[in-house]
Amino acid sequence: MSEHIVPWCLMCATFLTVLLLIGIFLFLFLSSLRAFREIALSEFFFGNNWNPISYHTPSWGIVALLQGTLLVSTVALLFASPLGLFTAIYLSEIASPPLREILKPTIEMIAGIPSVVLGLLGLLFLAPLIAKTFHLSNGLNALTAGILVGIAALPTIASVCEDALSGVTLRYREASLALGATRWTTIRWVVLPAALPGITAAIMLGFGRIIGETMIVLMVAGNSLALPRSLFSPVRPMTATIAIEIKETVIGSTHWHSLFALGLILFLLTFLVNFVADFLIHRRTL
Amino acid sequence: MSMHSRFALLPLPLLLLAACNSGTSNTTNLTMKGSDTEVQLVSNLAEEFAKRDSSARLSVTGGGSATGIASLLNGEIDIANSSRQMSDAERAQARERGIDLQEFILARDGLSIVLHPTNPVITLSMQQLSDVYSGRATRWKDIGGSDAPIVLYGRQSTSGTFGFFRDTVVKDDYASSMRNMEGSQAIVDAVRADANGIGYVGVGYVKDGQGNVREGITVIPIAQNTDTPVSPLDREAVKRGDYPISRPIYQYLPAVPPRGSLVESFLLFEASGDGQAIVEASGFYAITAEDVQQNAILFAKIR
Repeated sequence: MSEHIVPWCLMCATFLTVLLLIGIFLFLFLSSLRAFREIALSEFFFGNNWNPISYHTPSWGIVALLQGTLLVSTVALLFASPLGLFTAIYLSEIASPPLREILKPTIEMIAGIPSVVLGLLGLLFLAPLIAKTFHLSNGLNALTAGILVGIAALPTIASVCEDALSGVTLRYREASLALGATRWTTIRWVVLPAALPGITAAIMLGFGRIIGETMIVLMVAGNSLALPRSLFSPVRPMTATIAIEIKETVIGSTHWHSLFALGLILFLLTFLVNFVADFLIHRRTL
Repeated sequence: MSMHSRFALLPLPLLLLAACNSGTSNTTNLTMKGSDTEVQLVSNLAEEFAKRDSSARLSVTGGGSATGIASLLNGEIDIANSSRQMSDAERAQARERGIDLQEFILARDGLSIVLHPTNPVITLSMQQLSDVYSGRATRWKDIGGSDAPIVLYGRQSTSGTFGFFRDTVVKDDYASSMRNMEGSQAIVDAVRADANGIGYVGVGYVKDGQGNVREGITVIPIAQNTDTPVSPLDREAVKRGDYPISRPIYQYLPAVPPRGSLVESFLLFEASGDGQAIVEASGFYAITAEDVQQNAILFAKIR
């Protein structure tokens, strides 16, 4: 009896999951479309000013928000990628197995820190430190937010990189060492190239995590709508904009729909990145 | 860990929830939400009220006046705290939903302009404030200070203070470089740490428990046109409206509360001498004689 019921239940669960995802996408897409009844596409994508509740006429340009998102993401990736990769190399190639058994779960535990806690740590310690180091009047800016979001993405990058490096077959290493290569030469010229697709995928997955991060940027990115001029400019990424403004919008208004359009752009960015990462991971296992 | 014991963890959040939800019978609830300016004041009032009526459960949350008003219109709360009057659009939505809005004046506030103590600027006019916050003036020397950039701190658009300050002082869009802070306390903290900063907060946020200006900030007097500058710390000037950015702060109800209801007794407590003493102790100012008359109209409707 259960031979028939179990596969059926599993199939239902799968279809439900897929349906939910398609439903969310359609809802986002259709809600966004309605924003463009009143907002010109050219203004939305090329305008510098985002001010839906202006004193004069509302403006709907996402360039400053998009730049905020990309600036924070770039800092986060520049911070987390080398750190994650080096950690992964140490864990996979150098650390003794018992040490690795302790270190890897410990690093993965960073993923369990709620992002609001990271945000608080940023407000209390990192922002003042950055303000002091760079002689700024205020440490709430793209750099601070980028570093904290990078920390949040670190376990993803380190862990997937480690899987990629461990996945390189032992024979490559043995062959390299048998030819007289040193351990470092083996890592640099044999293991790393073989694991490159997986490492790229790890960084892409980390990017997916970074771009959607909301709480941290809401707390420490400085929330200013001006175009960022440097790493030390306060920014307001798209996620923070949605979180701040959705509370005051009237359901069904243009403002409300425009926030869904922001959500759709975030979704498409993440989707694209995850798609490429997925492609790379599967190429590796083939 | 076996497969079974892993799945046993799934209902854990539910069990925790059940453990937290101990007996709540025989109590009446009152939920209030909205203005961040009012959140500390209303919490103080609610705390004192709960001491007198132990069966009452009052909850106060912030989030901004617009958030509170949206929740009121959605029927989620009993009282919306708002540091500005409701807009015509919001009133129209209330009518559409059949909500018989009632306005209660809770206190008087002098919106205070805070600077860093090392800033040589000692007073500003309304025009200068407008220039600064709209981005027409970007350096302190433009308004009589040192040659340093002005760093603007303001609230997020959910805030009633954001709207009130924009509509009464800036009369233009805020400069896009303004940092939108989460709450009034965040503005005070930011200005305390920033020698070039300027911020606006309700007067309750600039005073300590003894009624003195808190350490690390200065509150400057503001002049209407070329008149003598007036300080928001001057109670009578704020209450008379001589301080140019003084305002009543409000609470909105979705209907006239029924006689004997918790809402009615809480409002009566707030309007009482004891309630208004808490208003003053929280750093704000007691309502004026006209406000009392205004509130009396609301109380007269209760039957």
